Amino acid sequence: MTQAEIKLCSLLLQEHFGEIVEKIGVHLIRTGSQPLRVIVHDTGTSLDQVKKALCVLIQHNLVMYQVHKRGVVEYEAHCSRVLRMLRYPRYIYTTKALYGDTGELIIEELLLNGKMTMSAVVKKVADRLTETVEDGKTMDYAEVSNTFMQLADTRFVQRCPMVHTPENSDTGPPPPAPNLVINEKDMYLVPKLSLIGKGKRRRSSDEDAAGEPKAKRPKHPTDNKEPIPDDGIYWQANLDRFHQHFRDQAIVSAVANRMDQTSSEIVRAMLRMSEVTTSSDAPFTQPLSSNEIFRSLPVGYNISKQVLDQYLTLLADDPLEFVGKSGDSGGGMYVINFCKALASLATATLESVIQERFGSRCARIFRLVLQKKHLEQKQVEDFAMIPAKEAKDMLYKMLSENFISLQEIPKTPDHAPSRTFYLYTVNILSAARMLLHRCYKSVTNLIERRQFETKENKRLLEKSQRVEAIIASVQATGAEEAQLQEIEEMITAPERQQLETLKRNVNKLDASEIQVDETIFLLESYIESTMKRQ
Amino acid sequence: MGSRALWEGEACCTCSSYLKPLEFRPVPLPSGEEGEYVLALKQELRGAMRQLPYFIRPAIPKKDVERYSDKYQTSGPIDSAIDWNPDWRRLPRELKIRVRKLQKERTTILLPKRPPKTTEDKEETIQKLETLEKKEAEVTSEEDEEKEEEEEKEEEEEEEYDEEEHEEETDYIMSYFDNGEDFGGDSDDNMDEAIY
Repeated sequence: MTQAEIKLCSLLLQEHFGEIVEKIGVHLIRTGSQPLRVIVHDTGTSLDQVKKALCVLIQHNLVMYQVHKRGVVEYEAHCSRVLRMLRYPRYIYTTKALYGDTGELIIEELLLNGKMTMSAVVKKVADRLTETVEDGKTMDYAEVSNTFMQLADTRFVQRCPMVHTPENSDTGPPPPAPNLVINEKDMYLVPKLSLIGKGKRRRSSDEDAAGEPKAKRPKHPTDNKEPIPDDGIYWQANLDRFHQHFRDQAIVSAVANRMDQTSSEIVRAMLRMSEVTTSSDAPFTQPLSSNEIFRSLPVGYNISKQVLDQYLTLLADDPLEFVGKSGDSGGGMYVINFCKALASLATATLESVIQERFGSRCARIFRLVLQKKHLEQKQVEDFAMIPAKEAKDMLYKMLSENFISLQEIPKTPDHAPSRTFYLYTVNILSAARMLLHRCYKSVTNLIERRQFETKENKRLLEKSQRVEAIIASVQATGAEEAQLQEIEEMITAPERQQLETLKRNVNKLDASEIQVDETIFLLESYIESTMKRQ
Repeated sequence: MGSRALWEGEACCTCSSYLKPLEFRPVPLPSGEEGEYVLALKQELRGAMRQLPYFIRPAIPKKDVERYSDKYQTSGPIDSAIDWNPDWRRLPRELKIRVRKLQKERTTILLPKRPPKTTEDKEETIQKLETLEKKEAEVTSEEDEEKEEEEEKEEEEEEEYDEEEHEEETDYIMSYFDNGEDFGGDSDDNMDEAIY
């Protein structure tokens, strides 16, 4: 784990769980797998605090435990999983786009609580949705359950490993830690629950509490005395599936940008067909025949079979190689090449970064070297049609930032500089790694700046919150315009200005974080898929 | 990339000395419905996470002298109890600690309703006594947990009661123990008087 990643993990943990959890988490990320006593000793925190922190981290799937010999339990943190916390808003928004408000709240609850049983999720989401609809209406549990089942079917939520109790468990002492296993085919199996009920409002409104006679109160459907039917079956959000979805989205929009809307629709149809048949880290999809693709195009699209074939040929011939042709049966078998697609996306990201940072001439040189693989100084000047001095300057600039690297080819065994070829080359993998590292540093800077801004203006923020609370309570008890005016004037005009500036800055910083996370996702996906091939 | 870019063009007197000027301005951030929604969502999540029981605040350092009011003031989760109920079956045994019974959230009830106290008085006092007994319990055993769940369920029905009434053994309302340290800093329920 690089220092930049550790620092970012530290900031994320601190923002979401507080300093104590941050201390324990960062310690585990730095040192690897450790037992409880060593953690207590090394971090200097009290045993109870460490226990609390570990419970929180395990609940949120950030730390796993393992029983070693002699009954010692060791805890290990997953740095990459901690970094995913940056992406939570994107996961939630995606679910909203696909499954509406209900789906959005389900995923939000699962992400905020780490893992939950289905009945708990359904109840909580129904309550929350009931809060937002008008008085008198409530949200039915069945509707929420349906959405949950849809999410499980499309694998956006998955079951957590369950406690495994072997048959001969009553002989001998219980193990120090439970053994958690999950069967592949059980992962998306929804338990048969008959959840009947409606969401409750948190505050007793006029209609509910006062109207109901006392006798009806104990008969609430959410009776705590009954055993929970799906006890022990916990669900978590399946982040890999979301990543798959993001990757597909990126590919479709790339095709749309490069070619046209119709080809992107074709690619989207192909991806949709292979959603469940292809595992998330496969290099390419299963071969799909042209006939199948034709049948599964969306209903609105009425292009003829020949036109479809032409589009497919175009896509397969494109130098970006997103789509490849793997055979001729069934009218032509086509696959989507994820490896190449991710490589193209990463390369495009690199080009875009160079263009924005160094200018379009630099970008031209970069693309040139990328295309020709190895070029000498002189050749770069000639091919790019840029004067020598400028070309040299740009090459060195990119070299110093590690976007381009230099390859030496000696002519003589003594490596004399005058008799050595120096070739410029681009290594996409190492450049991507370098850029990813910079992204982590960027996000760290953004978060730190945001925290600094908030801390600087803490007094002012607290004051404005107090004033808002006063206004709210005064308004509720019926107030005149003059009173409200008076209270609002408690915040002076320059203070208001300051608050405006603060809000604008914090918004900008937050939006930048989200933006950088998108780049992080692309680069991480590319690096991961390339490492698997090797 | 990074925050440095955001300050160019705005009056930032501190940065210009050691940061070299940017040659190219950064591309504007994506705006639009999606961007704004995700932004609002992010900020909301940040606030929400701080309110959840998973957010563990560090202990407030010990004051100089032990005071009588310390016993009755809730000065934060300094004791060794956890505020939420994990599934202990899924965790190693060595991590098990006492679960603190959740105090009901102090929602700002703008129109507090007081249901008629007539018939419920007796039941209430019995419950109160039982609750107080439970609060003294050290480690929750199996039976205690079941009883507590019952208590919790019954307590849920009396949502509107002011918590301070049946909070601790003392006869005094909690604000009796205020030693003036928090004056002006609280933004709590009693907003009848304007704060200057």
